[in-house]
Amino acid sequence: MINYFPEEVLWHVFSFLTSHPDRNAASLVCKSWYNVERFSRGKVFIGNCYAISPERMISRFPRVRSLTLKGKPHFADFNLIPQDWGGNVYPWIVAMAKGSTNLEELRLKRMVVSDESLELLAKSFPNFKSLVLVSCEGFTTDGLAAIASNCRFLRELDLQENEVEDRRGQWLSCFPDSCTSLSSLNFACLKGEVNVAALERLVARCRNLRSLRLNHAVPPDALQKILAQAPQLVDLGADSFVHDPESETYNKLKNVMQKCSSIRSLSGFLDVNARCLPSIYPICINLTSLNLSYAPGIYSKELVKLIHKCKKLQRLWILDTIGDKGLGVVASTCKELQELRVFPSDLHVVGNVAVTEEGLVAISAGCPNLNSLLYFCQQMTNAALITVAKNCPNFIRFRLCTLNPTIPDAVTMQPLDEGFGAIVQSCKGLKRLSVSGLLTDQVFLYIGMYAEQLEMLSIAFAGDSDKGMLYVLNGCKKLKKLEIRDSPFGNMALLADTGKYETMRSLWMSSCGVTFGGCKTLAEKMPRLNVEIINEGDEMEGRPDDRQKVEKMYLYRTLVGPRKDAPDFVWTL
Amino acid sequence: MSPPLLGVEGGGRGNAPLMSSSASVDCISQSGSGLKERNYLGLSDCSSVGSSAVSNVSGENKNNLNLNATELRLGLPGSRSPERDSDFNLLTSGKLDEKQLFPLLPSMDGICSLSQKSIVSGNKRGFSDTVDGFSEIKNSVFTDGKWMFNANGSDSGTPQSVVEAKLAGNAGINVMLSNNSSGTQPSMKKEVPTRAPQEGHNKLNGSNNNSSAPAAKAQVVGWPPIRSFRKNTLATTSKNNDEVDGKPGPGALFVKVSMDGAPYLRKVDLRTYSTYQELSSALEKMFMCFTIRQCGSQEAPGREMLGENKFKDLLHGSDYVLTFEDKDGDWMLVGDVPWEMFIESCKRLKIMKGSDAIGLAPRAMEKSKNQS
Repeated sequence: MINYFPEEVLWHVFSFLTSHPDRNAASLVCKSWYNVERFSRGKVFIGNCYAISPERMISRFPRVRSLTLKGKPHFADFNLIPQDWGGNVYPWIVAMAKGSTNLEELRLKRMVVSDESLELLAKSFPNFKSLVLVSCEGFTTDGLAAIASNCRFLRELDLQENEVEDRRGQWLSCFPDSCTSLSSLNFACLKGEVNVAALERLVARCRNLRSLRLNHAVPPDALQKILAQAPQLVDLGADSFVHDPESETYNKLKNVMQKCSSIRSLSGFLDVNARCLPSIYPICINLTSLNLSYAPGIYSKELVKLIHKCKKLQRLWILDTIGDKGLGVVASTCKELQELRVFPSDLHVVGNVAVTEEGLVAISAGCPNLNSLLYFCQQMTNAALITVAKNCPNFIRFRLCTLNPTIPDAVTMQPLDEGFGAIVQSCKGLKRLSVSGLLTDQVFLYIGMYAEQLEMLSIAFAGDSDKGMLYVLNGCKKLKKLEIRDSPFGNMALLADTGKYETMRSLWMSSCGVTFGGCKTLAEKMPRLNVEIINEGDEMEGRPDDRQKVEKMYLYRTLVGPRKDAPDFVWTL
Repeated sequence: MSPPLLGVEGGGRGNAPLMSSSASVDCISQSGSGLKERNYLGLSDCSSVGSSAVSNVSGENKNNLNLNATELRLGLPGSRSPERDSDFNLLTSGKLDEKQLFPLLPSMDGICSLSQKSIVSGNKRGFSDTVDGFSEIKNSVFTDGKWMFNANGSDSGTPQSVVEAKLAGNAGINVMLSNNSSGTQPSMKKEVPTRAPQEGHNKLNGSNNNSSAPAAKAQVVGWPPIRSFRKNTLATTSKNNDEVDGKPGPGALFVKVSMDGAPYLRKVDLRTYSTYQELSSALEKMFMCFTIRQCGSQEAPGREMLGENKFKDLLHGSDYVLTFEDKDGDWMLVGDVPWEMFIESCKRLKIMKGSDAIGLAPRAMEKSKNQS
């Protein structure tokens, strides 16, 4: 019956399909659905830029308006991947420019973006509206200037945690006077100066500006003037805050803050005198998102005072200087909390109040809606994790990172297997999990048994034998990304079910037990996987022995064979 | 004081009964090599501990000691170097890997020794500096602990030593580490019996009870997993705070802390403490590893392993005192003035041997000048 629907109807129905998995499923039904779907898909998500080529993407989805690309593997964030590994966006932009794609939005994560790419992007797509770069590198403020100058309808320029080289050019001034469409501007990660006057004028003329995150170079009195122009802001990031509570600037800021009743999200405070925090108290009551993870200058006492006013908080990112007691305050205040991230503060100083299992238990008891957690802690216990699992069965993301990667239960000295086991058993919707602490194969047995929805798993310094990895590979049917470091898994586990890897996006294994021979075997067996070995250092002379262990292996499914831009130190087997 | 176990050292090199013969051979051969460094548990020589333990252990817990756990407890607070773990992992993963040991990282030298020390002091049990090898063991101090070694021929056939240490007389702290899996959990050099002084050290040490990395450079790459952007940003900020705030302001207040006999100095942020007690405990944790055979006069972290007298006996009766250099360059005893006043005038800290500091101000100053 469906076959008799005219395409227009299908098209209309599909326009309600927004999630990628849904669209992917629809496209598998039959040829006509495949065709309708592919022509109607506007947002394309590519989790691994090497899984497909730009040309093939464009030919399947000619009407793509929004492209999301991810490049380097996750562990690149932690210095495990050398420079120049790859993940360059340029070929994609070239292909889309050639194919006259009507690109409006580009979202990149962990990719290398050159100024050339940005220039080409700015000039090739007249309707370009939104550029979001997360953890990218390779560009300078010149590239940003090109975007500012040429994208006439730019709505969103969102730079998150990128490594950007600052050239003394005035990229902000490059926004023409005619640009009034900005709704989101985030340049907090830039290290250099900006033209403050130009910024003030820009803000003044962009009446739709909702999200503004400034970098450290914007001084507090400019901040105050900007806020006066933009009381409609919903999201504010200010890295350079007032220092002197007696100053004129402080008073002005206080007054202007009171008018910013729309602010729901606050971040920054890299440089702040905690005594000036009362100026933001008026908006605290409305805050749903607060990111103080870059605010080492706010100590526990002031932090707690601040949080005490944020009763509607749903997302909180904070440093571990808050301490267990502070987390207790969060637990009793922020009843609607859904996401919590506790980052370690300065890593090189002893005596820091860090957080322990107590803080986490308190949070779980006070915040039953918690569904996303990233928690760096000094220690953990099974009992605590079991309690957390009972209190918060709704976890979708659970990432626990003990600062000492193989620390056992702080009380019983046992491995933390049971604790994590309780988490996976209780949280039936768990999609992402990172484990740490002393862990044996047992925890992986639990994960394999219970974590049915798990899509991403991060393992470090855990497990005893190949069995651990096998439990996971056999048990987690929805696994997409598996990343393992420094764990005793070897060829036996790697080769046990080679077909599994085609159901996954990628597998990363570093400092494990897999050997060249094992990787070669896998590569031979599975032609639609790229098995890449990263070998830095002297072992490059000649082919290494099959029995030699591989430092870093990254394998991923792909439809386009070995990549052509692999650097010298990456061997595709 | 020293339990008989200590006397074992030098003795039965052949731990054959306990360990597979290859193990003992390896043990011996390795004793001169990196073995010591690896031996966080305080034994530089497997044999020394092994032989006496053998009889006690056989047939007992087959649990593999997860030496990673022990490693973790050991080490300077604030240092993290699970690279040992990773080394171990590499070694034992996949089985019959008779590969040579421990890819010791250069920075690891001496790490082991330091790492044990931290545990030791908690126990008031002294693990001597393993760098010196056997002689160290002789000198190490034990309480009622009974060290047992259990070499476990693991599944893979790789001889694996499992250490089970019971500290019978210690405030009920049972240092037995057991690993329920019998997998090839990386252990010390496969055959080296090592002692695993574990107690609730973690709880005691607020800061990282991590293994090793006294060099503080020998940290595991990429751990904890934090984006470089974040690390760099926060590092720059704290540096700025240091420089910008000439006087104690809202920023951090880092001062150097030195200790007689320690090979390197540390830094602490005085702003993170609000009382002398906190500072004292933190310093104690930081420098615990150096206090083997030297008494840490700082309060024991809550769990008295030994009676104070015994402790002092063990440590040859020397105490440590905390002193600081003020703005005028004078060395003063910490604790006389109110905390706030103290942090405003403190420029650096020094942990001196009590015998040097007591009533010997000129000499103390001399010493500090020499060492600065």
